[in-house]
Amino acid sequence: MNAIFDGRDPIYLQIADQIRDDILDGALKEEDQVMSTTQYATTYRINPATAAKAFSELVDEGVLYKRRGVGMFVATGARAALAARGRERFFADVLDPAVSEARRLGIDLEDVIARIRLDAAAQPPAAAPDSATPHSTHDSTGGQP
Amino acid sequence: MTGTGFGVQVHDLTVRYGAETALDQVSLEIAPGAITGLLGRNGTGKTTLLSVIAAFRRPTSGSVLVDGEDPWENPRVMAGIGLVREGGDWLDDRVTSSLDYLEGARPHFDRDLAERLLDTFQIDPCAKRSSLSRGQRSAVSASLGIAVRTELTMLDEVYLGMDAPSRYAFYDALLADYLEHPRTIVLSSHLIDEIDKMFEDVVILRDGTVLLAEGADELRSRGTTVTGPAAAATAFALGRDVVGRQELGPTLRLTVFGDPRPGDVAHARELGVELGPVDLQDLFVHLTAQPAVAGARSDRKTEVPR
Repeated sequence: MNAIFDGRDPIYLQIADQIRDDILDGALKEEDQVMSTTQYATTYRINPATAAKAFSELVDEGVLYKRRGVGMFVATGARAALAARGRERFFADVLDPAVSEARRLGIDLEDVIARIRLDAAAQPPAAAPDSATPHSTHDSTGGQP
Repeated sequence: MTGTGFGVQVHDLTVRYGAETALDQVSLEIAPGAITGLLGRNGTGKTTLLSVIAAFRRPTSGSVLVDGEDPWENPRVMAGIGLVREGGDWLDDRVTSSLDYLEGARPHFDRDLAERLLDTFQIDPCAKRSSLSRGQRSAVSASLGIAVRTELTMLDEVYLGMDAPSRYAFYDALLADYLEHPRTIVLSSHLIDEIDKMFEDVVILRDGTVLLAEGADELRSRGTTVTGPAAAATAFALGRDVVGRQELGPTLRLTVFGDPRPGDVAHARELGVELGPVDLQDLFVHLTAQPAVAGARSDRKTEVPR
């Protein structure tokens, strides 16, 4: 983790995002303890209430839970839930902007598709990382062939 | 982090020095247990406000309550208030004399901590005040201000004159001690870029009145830079409070102030403008340099007669 909290979002949203990313990347495993508000405060020289706000957002989402007197832990199932939510948002948040940027730059979309195929061919068939969650959330966003 | 420490309620506070109005009907609250940044340009009333809260000075009119009571000649409340002003409210003698004094006068004063901090700042406790540089005097003030551990601790521009390593040592020491001993802390300054992330709440004074009083994160989220071709940036900023403007050739960067709107990100993408963060320092400079900012929660227009 080498966060520098200087993005547009308030710091607590950035902390929450960072914890979500760490869970998705596997840097934080389920039932791992996350850094305390005190550790966040002293490490990044931020107000502890800022870190506490991030935690309460993640508790509300069911990503973290609190063990009284011990600290905050990653909830079981948090990774799968975050991945499912990420898949829902992928097309709108990641692919659509990439496509419009490609158009803006005059990149032929066929070239983009070819690049994706190349990447897909180079990778072993997608082993869902970690607890091999079945792709249960094929939904609205619509899978491409 | 709120709950421990003295809260402060200021109601309709006016302070005049002869013909000059230093504070004009100021109302605000300081949350117990929070770190609040009290910001304002020089001469906007920060020190006057803190002096009234600390019962160093009586208001011309209006009221101040600290932990629910008037602090004036109130021993219980005054014992829990510590105000250290720039230059230091400590004895004009050896530093050890101030340590001895505080040990007797302040129930929560932690002498070990004070001595450790002085050591961090490489101050000889036997040095006389007159032999210390400005930065060293500030370091003594900062050390005593932390170690006195009052329920309401107010540090007024206390780290001015300290060099950067000393300032960061001060921030770290303050935060570490606050985490161990939560209390109400007010830091006043006009140099805020180094410490703004430590603030939970922010109060901005301008010309003796309250320009803004809100959570630091809320304030931060209300400032955005809009950068792009002049026409596009102008289009995005339409109907928003533009508090800053910078031309970079054909590119225009506007600083807008106000709650973000749903659809902002998509709108910006459509127009081809980039949205960026505004740090509190920039926002502070823009807001306090402006003659008047529509939309900022200023209770009244203030043209202080001078």
